[in-house]
Amino acid sequence: MSGSGYSSALGLVASVVLLCAVATLWRRSLGAIVRALAVQGLALAGVATVLGIHHHDAGLLVVALLVLTAKAVVIPMLLARVVRGDPGSRETQPLVNVPTSLVAAGVLTFLAFAASRSVTSLVPTTAGRLIPIGLAALLVGFFTLVTRRKAVSQIVGVLLVDNGVALVAFLATAGVPLLVELGASLDVLLAVIVLQVLATQLRSKLGSFDLDQLTELRD
Amino acid sequence: MSTVSHLVGTGLVSGVQVVAVVLGGPVLVGTMRKVRCRLEGRVGPPVLQPLIDLRKLFRKQRMRPNQATWIFPLAPVVLVATVAVAIAITPLVTTQPALSSSSDLFVLVYLLIVGSTVLALAGMDAGTAFGGMGSSRAVTIGALAEPAMLVTILALSIGAHSSNLPAIVQGTLAHPGSVATPQRLFALGALVIVIVAESGRLPVDNPATHLELTMIHEAMVLEYSGPDLALVTAGQSMRLALLLGIFVNLVAPWGLSTSTQSVEVVVGLVALAAKVAFVGITLSVFEVFTAKVRLFRLPELLAGAFVLALLGVVSGLVVR
Repeated sequence: MSGSGYSSALGLVASVVLLCAVATLWRRSLGAIVRALAVQGLALAGVATVLGIHHHDAGLLVVALLVLTAKAVVIPMLLARVVRGDPGSRETQPLVNVPTSLVAAGVLTFLAFAASRSVTSLVPTTAGRLIPIGLAALLVGFFTLVTRRKAVSQIVGVLLVDNGVALVAFLATAGVPLLVELGASLDVLLAVIVLQVLATQLRSKLGSFDLDQLTELRD
Repeated sequence: MSTVSHLVGTGLVSGVQVVAVVLGGPVLVGTMRKVRCRLEGRVGPPVLQPLIDLRKLFRKQRMRPNQATWIFPLAPVVLVATVAVAIAITPLVTTQPALSSSSDLFVLVYLLIVGSTVLALAGMDAGTAFGGMGSSRAVTIGALAEPAMLVTILALSIGAHSSNLPAIVQGTLAHPGSVATPQRLFALGALVIVIVAESGRLPVDNPATHLELTMIHEAMVLEYSGPDLALVTAGQSMRLALLLGIFVNLVAPWGLSTSTQSVEVVVGLVALAAKVAFVGITLSVFEVFTAKVRLFRLPELLAGAFVLALLGVVSGLVVR
């Protein structure tokens, strides 16, 4: 792949990862939030593929395939099943309203820029320059996790943070060892299955995914 | 001598641009209405109907509210004049329109804002409750769209190192790959939302409605009649055509003439008409499937455009 084409393609897929994180703040319907997560998984696999092709690294392509299966297909499907249990469910009253959240996402992006300046100077590659985007995706995911009320959006928030970490790892090291990526992916998958069961239980007991209704302990 | 002939040439091409948009704008609106009607299973008015309506309105009697001041008759003239100046200096048909050095994106945006501000003042000037409501809504949307527009301009100008529109377009012609850079794509995404908001199309405003709860632009210009209404309608369609023209030349400037030669100008005109018609038809197909967004949800839409443009700026700073 030629130099400018590589940098442009890598920039594009990395930006899509950040865009999807912001989209979870923008959209209200839980189905759309889960779809944004699936697209983010796809873009993350794209990052690994572009890096793998550029570095002629077959291991990275296997990792890309793994990311694609776990983060773009299996996990969104599990979450979509939870959402399907309560169709029309929406993030009606987030703790921070949508326009303010979007402005906060912009502020967080610049914060990520300022914070990662010293890291970026350590990795003077094309991929290294994109580290702020990964960090911004992580911060925006954390913001989703903190300010959204529904169980599904909070699970998505956790996964956004995880995807942000994965993106920073890809960009900083040009490839995580296959074993590490396999372990991390399985870990996340397991967590999602547990959270899915939890969310389903929550809905059958309370009739909604709203975590704010969990205010008192009962046996 | 050559500078004089250059001036005459660019002036002539700018004149061609203005005439083309003045006549093409209503045709574009008519085409968009026709597409929409056909998709909804109706026959729809002829494509040239908006032009015929303009002719009819220009012949009608002029009625003005008793209480209105000098702002009311002035507003349509200012609206059409500012849009016409913007059209004259924008690279729509050629990359060398008259005064191309002042064809800055900031200048264009604020020329359009002058027109919409005067129209909002006129809406309140008539003294009716509807006009005031429409003006207040239009100004609210304008105030929300403006920051998104400015950040979009910033994102667009990073790649070209200039906010001069002819320079950006020439840069794209010289390096076609720069269209696919993330900052350009994000900025264009934000620009689509801003254009929809600025030109009062669905899902921001419904140009066909006369239902008081949802009117924005229509409420503002409710008191206009006859030639005044014709000017307002013409200004609105010119504005839509101009915004779409800027958009298509940022996305795909191919076919744009790089000189003021008459053959190239004709090719540029045909290319512009084809591209704007394509985007207009796409927009009206999209409108068939969209409902108007609630007024209170509009800040979300426009904040989305703002963040999209901001991401464009950020990735423009990172990706090189």
